[in-house]
Amino acid sequence: MTQNYDGPPDYRNVGLHGMSPETTHDEKARFNFLAHLNRHLAANVLPGVRTAYETRVEPNNPKPNHRHQVRKALLKDPLFQHWSALRRGTMELRQQAGRWVTLRQAEELRDKAEEMTKDDPRLILDPTLELPNYLSKIDHHCMPGSYHDELIEGDVSGAANYDVGIFVTTGGGLGRFSDGGGHGVVKWMKENRPDFKPKRILDIGGGLGQNVVPVAQAYPDAEVICVDTGAPVLRYGLARAKSMGVENITFVQANGEDLSMYDDGSFDMIQSIMFLHETSVKAMPKIMAESHRLLAPGGIVMHVEQPQYAPEMPLYEQAIRDWDAFYNNEPFWTKMHELDLDQWMVDAGFDREHLVHGGVMAVVDATLFPEAAKDDVEDFGRKAAWHIVGGQKPVIATRQAA
Amino acid sequence: MSIDPLKLAGAKPKGKRPYFLDNPDVERVMAITMAVAQELAVMRERLDTVERLLESKGITQDDIENYTPPKDIAEQRGAWTQEYLARILRIYQQDIEALSKPDEQSSEEVGHELAKD
Repeated sequence: MTQNYDGPPDYRNVGLHGMSPETTHDEKARFNFLAHLNRHLAANVLPGVRTAYETRVEPNNPKPNHRHQVRKALLKDPLFQHWSALRRGTMELRQQAGRWVTLRQAEELRDKAEEMTKDDPRLILDPTLELPNYLSKIDHHCMPGSYHDELIEGDVSGAANYDVGIFVTTGGGLGRFSDGGGHGVVKWMKENRPDFKPKRILDIGGGLGQNVVPVAQAYPDAEVICVDTGAPVLRYGLARAKSMGVENITFVQANGEDLSMYDDGSFDMIQSIMFLHETSVKAMPKIMAESHRLLAPGGIVMHVEQPQYAPEMPLYEQAIRDWDAFYNNEPFWTKMHELDLDQWMVDAGFDREHLVHGGVMAVVDATLFPEAAKDDVEDFGRKAAWHIVGGQKPVIATRQAA
Repeated sequence: MSIDPLKLAGAKPKGKRPYFLDNPDVERVMAITMAVAQELAVMRERLDTVERLLESKGITQDDIENYTPPKDIAEQRGAWTQEYLARILRIYQQDIEALSKPDEQSSEEVGHELAKD
Protein backbone atom coordinates (compact mmCIF):
# COMPACT_ATOMS: atom_id res chain seq x y z
CA MET A 1 0.00 0.00 0.00
CA THR A 2 1.66 3.19 -1.12
CA GLN A 3 -1.50 5.29 -1.43
CA ASN A 4 -0.64 7.46 1.55
CA TYR A 5 3.10 7.36 1.01
CA ASP A 6 4.70 10.23 2.87
CA GLY A 7 8.35 9.26 2.69
CA PRO A 8 11.18 10.89 0.78
CA PRO A 9 11.19 10.72 -3.02
CA ASP A 10 13.71 8.50 -4.79
CA TYR A 11 17.13 10.11 -5.12
CA ARG A 12 16.84 9.62 -8.89
CA ASN A 13 14.39 12.55 -8.93
CA VAL A 14 17.12 14.94 -7.83
CA GLY A 15 17.83 17.42 -10.59
CA LEU A 16 21.01 16.90 -12.53
CA HIS A 17 23.16 19.77 -13.72
CA GLY A 18 26.49 19.99 -15.47
CA MET A 19 28.49 19.46 -12.27
CA SER A 20 26.44 16.62 -10.80
CA PRO A 21 28.71 13.73 -9.90
CA GLU A 22 27.95 10.38 -11.44
CA THR A 23 26.34 7.93 -9.05
CA THR A 24 26.00 4.17 -9.33
CA HIS A 25 22.87 2.21 -8.51
CA ASP A 26 24.26 1.35 -5.06
CA GLU A 27 25.29 4.94 -4.34
CA LYS A 28 21.81 6.20 -5.17
CA ALA A 29 20.33 3.44 -3.02
CA ARG A 30 22.59 4.51 -0.15
CA PHE A 31 21.28 8.10 -0.38
CA ASN A 32 17.73 6.73 -0.46
CA PHE A 33 18.31 4.68 2.67
CA LEU A 34 19.89 7.59 4.53
CA ALA A 35 17.08 10.00 3.58
CA HIS A 36 14.63 7.42 4.92
CA LEU A 37 16.68 6.90 8.05
CA ASN A 38 16.67 10.63 8.81
CA ARG A 39 12.95 10.76 8.14
CA HIS A 40 12.33 7.74 10.35
CA LEU A 41 14.29 9.24 13.22
CA ALA A 42 12.29 12.49 12.94
CA ALA A 43 8.88 10.90 12.41
CA ASN A 44 9.07 7.85 14.66
CA VAL A 45 11.82 8.22 17.23
CA LEU A 46 11.94 11.93 18.05
CA PRO A 47 8.26 12.01 19.17
CA GLY A 48 9.21 9.27 21.63
CA VAL A 49 11.98 11.48 23.00
CA ARG A 50 9.33 14.09 23.79
CA THR A 51 7.24 11.47 25.57
CA ALA A 52 10.30 10.31 27.51
CA TYR A 53 10.98 13.91 28.45
CA GLU A 54 7.45 14.51 29.64
CA THR A 55 7.04 11.24 31.52
CA ARG A 56 10.43 10.53 33.08
CA VAL A 57 12.84 13.44 32.59
CA GLU A 58 10.79 16.51 33.41
CA PRO A 59 9.18 15.02 36.58
CA ASN A 60 12.68 14.57 38.01
CA ASN A 61 13.89 17.94 36.80
CA PRO A 62 10.94 20.24 37.45
CA LYS A 63 10.83 23.87 36.39
CA PRO A 64 13.99 24.19 34.32
CA ASN A 65 14.71 27.81 33.53
CA HIS A 66 17.03 27.36 30.58
CA ARG A 67 17.26 25.09 27.51
CA HIS A 68 20.73 23.91 28.56
CA GLN A 69 19.26 22.48 31.78
CA VAL A 70 16.72 20.57 29.68
CA ARG A 71 19.42 19.29 27.34
CA LYS A 72 21.67 18.16 30.19
CA ALA A 73 18.76 16.30 31.79
CA LEU A 74 17.91 14.72 28.42
CA LEU A 75 21.50 13.55 28.01
CA LYS A 76 20.89 11.08 30.85
CA ASP A 77 17.78 9.58 29.25
CA PRO A 78 18.38 6.34 27.31
CA LEU A 79 15.99 7.20 24.48
CA PHE A 80 17.53 10.63 23.93
CA GLN A 81 20.95 8.96 24.01
CA HIS A 82 19.96 6.44 21.36
CA TRP A 83 18.19 8.97 19.15
CA SER A 84 21.28 11.19 19.40
CA ALA A 85 23.70 8.36 18.66
CA LEU A 86 21.61 7.35 15.65
CA ARG A 87 21.27 10.93 14.40
CA ARG A 88 24.99 11.59 14.74
CA GLY A 89 25.82 8.25 13.15
CA THR A 90 23.46 8.97 10.26
CA MET A 91 25.24 12.25 9.55
CA GLU A 92 28.56 10.42 9.55
CA LEU A 93 27.19 7.79 7.17
CA ARG A 94 25.88 10.56 4.93
CA GLN A 95 29.27 12.27 4.82
CA GLN A 96 31.02 8.99 4.06
CA ALA A 97 28.50 8.11 1.33
CA GLY A 98 28.77 11.53 -0.32
CA ARG A 99 32.54 11.68 -0.04
CA TRP A 100 32.89 8.23 -1.55
CA VAL A 101 30.86 9.37 -4.56
CA THR A 102 32.72 12.64 -5.03
CA LEU A 103 36.29 11.73 -4.04
CA ARG A 104 36.47 8.80 -6.44
CA GLN A 105 35.79 11.27 -9.27
CA ALA A 106 37.49 14.31 -7.71
CA GLU A 107 39.79 14.81 -10.68
CA GLU A 108 37.03 14.51 -13.28
CA LEU A 109 34.88 16.99 -11.35
CA ARG A 110 37.83 19.36 -11.02
CA ASP A 111 38.55 19.15 -14.73
CA LYS A 112 34.91 19.76 -15.59
CA ALA A 113 34.72 22.82 -13.33
CA GLU A 114 38.00 24.11 -14.70
CA GLU A 115 36.84 23.74 -18.27
CA MET A 116 33.59 25.55 -17.53
CA THR A 117 35.12 28.43 -15.57
CA LYS A 118 38.52 28.94 -17.16
CA ASP A 119 39.25 32.64 -17.77
CA ASP A 120 35.70 33.46 -16.76
CA PRO A 121 35.62 36.90 -15.11
CA ARG A 122 32.70 35.72 -13.01
CA LEU A 123 35.00 33.65 -10.81
CA ILE A 124 37.11 35.89 -8.58
CA LEU A 125 39.31 33.97 -6.16
CA ASP A 126 41.60 35.42 -3.51
CA PRO A 127 44.13 32.81 -2.34
CA THR A 128 45.42 35.26 0.28
CA LEU A 129 42.05 35.41 2.06
CA GLU A 130 42.40 34.37 5.67
CA LEU A 131 39.87 31.86 6.93
CA PRO A 132 37.85 33.21 9.90
CA ASN A 133 38.14 31.18 13.11
CA TYR A 134 34.49 30.11 13.00
CA LEU A 135 35.32 28.17 9.85
CA SER A 136 38.84 27.00 10.67
CA LYS A 137 38.15 25.61 14.16
CA ILE A 138 35.54 23.01 13.28
CA ASP A 139 34.05 21.28 10.25
CA HIS A 140 30.43 22.38 10.06
CA HIS A 141 27.80 19.63 10.05
CA CYS A 142 30.56 17.00 10.33
CA MET A 143 31.64 17.66 6.75
CA PRO A 144 35.37 16.84 6.68
CA GLY A 145 37.26 19.73 5.11
CA SER A 146 34.21 21.99 5.32
CA TYR A 147 33.68 24.43 2.42
CA HIS A 148 37.32 25.30 1.98
CA ASP A 149 39.80 22.39 2.16
CA GLU A 150 41.41 21.33 -1.11
CA LEU A 151 42.64 17.76 -1.47
CA ILE A 152 43.90 18.36 -5.00
CA GLU A 153 44.66 21.57 -6.83
CA GLY A 154 41.48 23.23 -7.99
CA ASP A 155 39.41 20.82 -5.87
CA VAL A 156 35.62 20.98 -5.98
CA SER A 157 34.89 17.62 -4.36
CA GLY A 158 33.81 19.12 -1.02
CA ALA A 159 31.27 21.30 -2.80
CA ALA A 160 29.99 18.33 -4.80
CA ASN A 161 29.66 16.31 -1.60
CA TYR A 162 27.68 19.11 0.03
CA ASP A 163 25.47 19.33 -3.07
CA VAL A 164 24.63 15.62 -3.34
CA GLY A 165 24.04 15.23 0.40
CA ILE A 166 21.49 17.95 1.14
CA PHE A 167 18.83 15.56 -0.18
CA VAL A 168 19.74 13.06 2.51
CA THR A 169 19.68 15.42 5.48
CA THR A 170 16.38 17.05 4.55
CA GLY A 171 14.68 13.97 3.08
CA GLY A 172 14.25 15.83 -0.20
CA GLY A 173 12.56 18.76 1.56
CA LEU A 174 14.62 21.31 -0.33
CA GLY A 175 13.47 20.17 -3.75
CA ARG A 176 15.06 19.00 -6.99
CA PHE A 177 18.09 21.28 -6.90
CA SER A 178 18.20 21.71 -3.10
CA ASP A 179 17.13 25.25 -3.81
CA GLY A 180 13.75 25.37 -2.05
CA GLY A 181 15.05 28.11 0.25
CA GLY A 182 15.98 30.35 -2.66
CA HIS A 183 12.62 29.73 -4.33
CA GLY A 184 10.95 30.51 -0.99
CA VAL A 185 12.71 33.88 -0.87
CA VAL A 186 11.64 34.63 -4.44
CA LYS A 187 8.02 33.73 -3.59
CA TRP A 188 8.14 36.00 -0.55
CA MET A 189 9.58 38.85 -2.63
CA LYS A 190 6.98 38.46 -5.40
CA GLU A 191 4.16 38.42 -2.84
CA ASN A 192 5.45 41.21 -0.64
CA ARG A 193 7.43 43.37 -3.05
CA PRO A 194 5.74 42.65 -6.39
CA ASP A 195 7.10 45.74 -8.13
CA PHE A 196 10.65 45.48 -6.80
CA LYS A 197 13.21 45.27 -9.58
CA PRO A 198 16.66 44.94 -8.05
CA LYS A 199 19.57 45.89 -10.27
CA ARG A 200 22.27 44.43 -8.10
CA ILE A 201 21.90 41.52 -5.65
CA LEU A 202 24.37 40.24 -3.06
CA ASP A 203 24.32 36.82 -1.39
CA ILE A 204 26.61 36.64 1.65
CA GLY A 205 27.98 33.20 2.50
CA GLY A 206 26.15 31.83 -0.50
CA GLY A 207 28.34 28.75 -0.83
CA LEU A 208 27.79 26.92 -4.09
CA GLY A 209 24.92 29.29 -4.84
CA GLN A 210 22.03 26.86 -4.64
CA ASN A 211 19.84 29.50 -2.99
CA VAL A 212 20.93 32.41 -5.13
CA VAL A 213 20.39 30.71 -8.49
CA PRO A 214 16.56 30.94 -8.13
CA VAL A 215 16.92 34.61 -7.21
CA ALA A 216 19.14 35.23 -10.24
CA GLN A 217 16.56 33.45 -12.41
CA ALA A 218 13.72 35.53 -10.94
CA TYR A 219 15.59 38.77 -11.64
CA PRO A 220 17.40 37.97 -14.89
CA ASP A 221 18.32 41.60 -15.53
CA ALA A 222 20.06 41.95 -12.17
CA GLU A 223 23.78 41.54 -11.61
CA VAL A 224 24.17 38.99 -8.82
CA ILE A 225 27.22 38.58 -6.60
CA CYS A 226 27.68 35.49 -4.43
CA VAL A 227 30.45 35.82 -1.85
CA ASP A 228 31.92 33.00 0.21
CA THR A 229 35.26 32.23 1.82
CA GLY A 230 35.61 28.77 0.22
CA ALA A 231 37.24 28.51 -3.20
CA PRO A 232 35.89 24.98 -3.90
CA VAL A 233 32.25 26.01 -3.46
CA LEU A 234 32.75 29.09 -5.65
CA ARG A 235 34.38 27.18 -8.53
CA TYR A 236 31.69 24.55 -8.35
CA GLY A 237 28.99 27.20 -7.96
CA LEU A 238 29.87 29.10 -11.13
CA ALA A 239 30.15 25.92 -13.17
CA ARG A 240 26.85 24.64 -11.74
CA ALA A 241 25.01 27.92 -12.39
CA LYS A 242 26.32 28.17 -15.96
CA SER A 243 25.35 24.60 -16.69
CA MET A 244 21.82 25.50 -15.57
CA GLY A 245 21.78 28.41 -18.01
CA VAL A 246 22.17 31.06 -15.32
CA GLU A 247 24.69 33.63 -16.52
CA ASN A 248 24.17 36.63 -14.23
CA ILE A 249 26.01 35.48 -11.08
CA THR A 250 29.60 36.33 -10.19
CA PHE A 251 31.21 34.14 -7.52
CA VAL A 252 33.67 36.03 -5.32
CA GLN A 253 35.98 34.68 -2.64
CA ALA A 254 35.60 37.13 0.24
CA ASN A 255 34.66 37.34 3.89
CA GLY A 256 31.24 38.86 4.54
CA GLU A 257 32.74 40.86 7.42
CA ASP A 258 34.76 42.97 4.99
CA LEU A 259 33.29 43.70 1.59
CA SER A 260 35.17 46.98 1.21
CA MET A 261 35.73 46.28 -2.48
CA TYR A 262 32.10 47.28 -3.01
CA ASP A 263 30.86 50.87 -2.77
CA ASP A 264 28.33 52.17 -0.27
CA GLY A 265 24.78 51.70 -1.47
CA SER A 266 25.81 49.53 -4.41
CA PHE A 267 23.28 46.69 -3.88
CA ASP A 268 19.53 46.93 -3.69
CA MET A 269 18.92 43.38 -2.47
CA ILE A 270 21.17 41.58 0.01
CA GLN A 271 20.46 38.12 1.37
CA SER A 272 22.05 35.54 3.61
CA ILE A 273 20.36 32.16 3.75
CA MET A 274 21.15 29.78 6.60
CA PHE A 275 24.48 31.54 7.01
CA LEU A 276 24.58 33.68 10.17
CA HIS A 277 24.51 30.60 12.42
CA GLU A 278 27.86 29.55 10.96
CA THR A 279 29.59 32.80 12.04
CA SER A 280 30.27 34.30 15.50
CA VAL A 281 29.29 37.08 17.91
CA LYS A 282 32.33 39.05 16.77
CA ALA A 283 31.61 38.55 13.06
CA MET A 284 27.86 39.21 13.01
CA PRO A 285 27.92 42.96 13.76
CA LYS A 286 30.49 43.42 11.01
CA ILE A 287 28.41 41.43 8.54
CA MET A 288 25.29 43.37 9.48
CA ALA A 289 27.10 46.70 9.31
CA GLU A 290 28.46 45.80 5.88
CA SER A 291 25.01 44.83 4.66
CA HIS A 292 23.67 48.18 5.90
CA ARG A 293 26.49 50.12 4.28
CA LEU A 294 26.16 48.30 0.96
CA LEU A 295 22.40 48.68 0.75
CA ALA A 296 21.05 51.29 -1.64
CA PRO A 297 18.14 53.53 -0.62
CA GLY A 298 14.92 51.66 -1.34
CA GLY A 299 16.70 48.33 -1.00
CA ILE A 300 16.13 45.35 1.26
CA VAL A 301 18.34 43.08 3.36
CA MET A 302 17.10 39.61 4.30
CA HIS A 303 18.71 37.17 6.70
CA VAL A 304 16.94 33.80 6.51
CA GLU A 305 17.36 31.40 9.44
CA GLN A 306 15.53 28.86 11.53
CA PRO A 307 13.27 30.61 14.09
CA GLN A 308 14.87 32.36 17.06
CA TYR A 309 14.43 31.01 20.59
CA ALA A 310 11.66 33.40 21.57
CA PRO A 311 10.48 33.23 25.22
CA GLU A 312 7.24 31.57 24.10
CA MET A 313 9.13 28.67 22.49
CA PRO A 314 9.05 25.74 24.94
CA LEU A 315 12.43 24.96 26.51
CA TYR A 316 12.16 21.34 25.31
CA GLU A 317 11.87 22.53 21.70
CA GLN A 318 14.78 24.92 22.21
CA ALA A 319 16.89 22.08 23.63
CA ILE A 320 16.13 19.82 20.67
CA ARG A 321 16.77 22.63 18.20
CA ASP A 322 20.12 23.09 19.94
CA TRP A 323 21.11 19.52 19.14
CA ASP A 324 22.90 20.48 15.92
CA ALA A 325 24.94 23.07 17.81
CA PHE A 326 26.39 20.62 20.26
CA TYR A 327 26.37 17.34 18.37
CA ASN A 328 26.50 18.21 14.67
CA ASN A 329 29.32 20.75 14.69
CA GLU A 330 27.23 23.91 14.36
CA PRO A 331 28.83 25.60 17.38
CA PHE A 332 27.39 29.11 16.98
CA TRP A 333 23.85 27.85 16.33
CA THR A 334 22.85 27.98 20.00
CA LYS A 335 24.08 31.53 20.72
CA MET A 336 22.85 32.90 17.40
CA HIS A 337 19.33 31.67 18.02
CA GLU A 338 19.01 33.42 21.38
CA LEU A 339 20.17 36.82 20.16
CA ASP A 340 17.84 39.75 19.66
CA LEU A 341 18.45 40.02 15.93
CA ASP A 342 16.19 43.05 15.64
CA GLN A 343 18.43 44.92 18.06
CA TRP A 344 21.50 43.83 16.11
CA MET A 345 19.93 45.15 12.91
CA VAL A 346 19.18 48.46 14.65
CA ASP A 347 22.73 48.60 15.98
CA ALA A 348 23.93 48.05 12.41
CA GLY A 349 22.11 51.21 11.36
CA PHE A 350 18.59 50.15 10.37
CA ASP A 351 15.62 52.10 11.71
CA ARG A 352 13.45 49.87 13.86
CA GLU A 353 10.35 50.85 11.91
CA HIS A 354 12.04 49.68 8.72
CA LEU A 355 12.83 46.17 9.92
CA VAL A 356 11.31 43.32 7.94
CA HIS A 357 9.93 40.04 9.29
CA GLY A 358 8.41 37.13 7.49
CA GLY A 359 8.17 33.41 7.07
CA VAL A 360 9.67 31.42 4.23
CA MET A 361 8.80 27.85 3.32
CA ALA A 362 10.77 25.82 0.84
CA VAL A 363 9.10 25.95 -2.58
CA VAL A 364 9.50 22.58 -4.28
CA ASP A 365 8.03 20.59 -7.14
CA ALA A 366 5.29 19.07 -5.01
CA THR A 367 4.49 16.31 -7.48
CA LEU A 368 7.76 14.66 -6.46
CA PHE A 369 9.10 16.36 -3.36
CA PRO A 370 7.62 16.75 0.13
CA GLU A 371 6.21 20.18 0.94
CA ALA A 372 7.22 21.61 4.29
CA ALA A 373 3.90 23.45 4.51
CA LYS A 374 1.93 20.19 4.40
CA ASP A 375 4.26 18.09 6.52
CA ASP A 376 3.45 17.60 10.18
CA VAL A 377 6.74 15.82 10.91
CA GLU A 378 8.97 18.30 12.72
CA ASP A 379 12.68 17.57 12.53
CA PHE A 380 13.50 20.51 14.76
CA GLY A 381 16.12 22.74 13.27
CA ARG A 382 16.09 21.01 9.90
CA LYS A 383 12.57 21.55 8.59
CA ALA A 384 12.48 23.54 5.38
CA ALA A 385 10.69 26.46 7.03
CA TRP A 386 12.53 29.60 8.07
CA HIS A 387 12.15 33.13 9.37
CA ILE A 388 13.29 36.32 7.73
CA VAL A 389 14.90 39.02 9.81
CA GLY A 390 15.61 41.92 7.51
CA GLY A 391 15.65 45.62 7.01
CA GLN A 392 14.97 48.27 4.44
CA LYS A 393 16.52 51.59 3.68
CA PRO A 394 13.95 54.24 2.90
CA VAL A 395 14.25 55.96 -0.45
CA ILE A 396 14.59 59.32 1.27
CA ALA A 397 17.09 59.08 4.09
CA THR A 398 15.64 59.59 7.55
CA ARG A 399 16.62 62.72 9.38
CA GLN A 400 20.10 62.50 10.77
CA ALA A 401 20.68 63.14 14.45
CA ALA A 402 21.92 66.66 15.01
CA MET B 1 44.74 9.15 -8.58
CA SER B 2 46.58 11.28 -6.05
CA ILE B 3 44.08 10.75 -3.23
CA ASP B 4 42.68 7.62 -1.61
CA PRO B 5 38.88 7.92 -1.72
CA LEU B 6 38.32 4.80 0.35
CA LYS B 7 40.35 6.16 3.24
CA LEU B 8 39.28 9.78 2.91
CA ALA B 9 35.56 9.07 2.53
CA GLY B 10 35.36 8.05 6.16
CA ALA B 11 37.62 10.81 7.48
CA LYS B 12 36.84 12.35 10.85
CA PRO B 13 35.51 15.90 10.71
CA LYS B 14 37.32 18.54 12.74
CA GLY B 15 35.76 18.72 16.23
CA LYS B 16 35.81 16.04 18.98
CA ARG B 17 33.10 13.41 18.51
CA PRO B 18 30.40 13.24 21.18
CA TYR B 19 29.40 9.81 22.50
CA PHE B 20 25.88 9.51 23.88
CA LEU B 21 25.47 5.98 25.20
CA ASP B 22 26.71 5.11 28.67
CA ASN B 23 29.10 2.62 27.13
CA PRO B 24 30.87 3.97 24.04
CA ASP B 25 31.50 0.43 22.88
CA VAL B 26 27.77 -0.08 22.52
CA GLU B 27 27.63 3.07 20.41
CA ARG B 28 30.42 1.72 18.22
CA VAL B 29 28.49 -1.50 17.69
CA MET B 30 25.39 0.55 16.89
CA ALA B 31 27.34 2.54 14.28
CA ILE B 32 28.55 -0.66 12.67
CA THR B 33 25.06 -2.16 12.75
CA MET B 34 23.53 0.89 11.07
CA ALA B 35 26.20 0.80 8.36
CA VAL B 36 25.38 -2.84 7.75
CA ALA B 37 21.66 -2.02 7.73
CA GLN B 38 22.44 0.61 5.09
CA GLU B 39 24.24 -1.89 2.93
CA LEU B 40 21.35 -4.35 3.29
CA ALA B 41 18.96 -1.67 2.04
CA VAL B 42 21.33 -0.99 -0.86
CA MET B 43 21.28 -4.68 -1.74
CA ARG B 44 17.50 -4.88 -1.39
CA GLU B 45 17.07 -1.96 -3.77
CA ARG B 46 19.42 -3.57 -6.27
CA LEU B 47 17.51 -6.84 -6.04
CA ASP B 48 14.25 -4.98 -6.54
CA THR B 49 15.68 -3.46 -9.72
CA VAL B 50 16.61 -6.92 -10.93
CA GLU B 51 13.11 -8.22 -10.19
CA ARG B 52 11.44 -5.30 -11.96
CA LEU B 53 13.63 -5.77 -15.00
CA LEU B 54 12.86 -9.46 -15.04
CA GLU B 55 9.18 -8.58 -14.89
CA SER B 56 9.55 -6.54 -18.04
CA LYS B 57 11.04 -9.65 -19.60
CA GLY B 58 8.17 -11.87 -18.61
CA ILE B 59 9.18 -13.18 -15.19
CA THR B 60 6.59 -11.81 -12.79
CA GLN B 61 6.62 -11.05 -9.06
CA ASP B 62 4.27 -14.04 -8.71
CA ASP B 63 6.84 -16.28 -10.36
CA ILE B 64 9.35 -15.10 -7.77
CA GLU B 65 6.99 -15.42 -4.80
CA ASN B 66 5.91 -18.90 -5.80
CA TYR B 67 9.32 -20.19 -6.77
CA THR B 68 10.07 -23.48 -5.04
CA PRO B 69 13.63 -24.62 -5.41
CA PRO B 70 14.10 -28.20 -6.48
CA LYS B 71 15.83 -30.42 -3.91
CA ASP B 72 19.40 -29.94 -5.08
CA ILE B 73 19.09 -26.18 -5.27
CA ALA B 74 17.35 -26.09 -1.88
CA GLU B 75 20.31 -27.97 -0.43
CA GLN B 76 22.80 -25.59 -2.04
CA ARG B 77 20.93 -22.69 -0.51
CA GLY B 78 20.73 -24.41 2.86
CA ALA B 79 24.46 -25.02 2.80
CA TRP B 80 25.06 -21.36 1.98
CA THR B 81 22.92 -20.29 4.94
CA GLN B 82 24.78 -22.69 7.25
CA GLU B 83 28.10 -21.29 6.14
CA TYR B 84 26.80 -17.74 6.47
CA LEU B 85 25.61 -18.26 10.04
CA ALA B 86 28.82 -20.03 10.96
CA ARG B 87 30.75 -16.98 9.80
CA ILE B 88 28.55 -14.47 11.60
CA LEU B 89 28.34 -16.40 14.88
CA ARG B 90 31.95 -17.57 14.92
CA ILE B 91 32.58 -15.92 18.28
CA TYR B 92 30.07 -18.20 20.03
CA GLN B 93 31.58 -21.30 18.45
CA GLN B 94 34.96 -20.31 19.81
CA ASP B 95 33.58 -19.42 23.24
CA ILE B 96 31.93 -22.83 23.41
CA GLU B 97 35.09 -24.63 22.33
CA ALA B 98 36.94 -22.77 25.05
CA LEU B 99 34.53 -24.06 27.72
CA SER B 100 36.19 -27.43 27.52
CA LYS B 101 39.64 -25.90 28.01
CA PRO B 102 39.28 -23.83 31.19
CA ASP B 103 42.99 -23.89 31.92
CA GLU B 104 44.15 -23.01 28.44
CA GLN B 105 47.13 -20.68 28.32
CA SER B 106 47.11 -17.45 26.34
CA SER B 107 49.78 -16.66 23.80
CA GLU B 108 51.14 -14.10 26.24
CA GLU B 109 51.47 -16.75 28.91
CA VAL B 110 53.02 -19.22 26.50
CA GLY B 111 55.34 -16.47 25.36
CA HIS B 112 56.56 -15.82 28.87
CA GLU B 113 57.17 -19.53 29.27
CA LEU B 114 59.04 -19.81 25.99
CA ALA B 115 61.19 -16.82 26.87
CA LYS B 116 62.51 -18.50 30.00
CA ASP B 117 65.94 -20.06 29.90
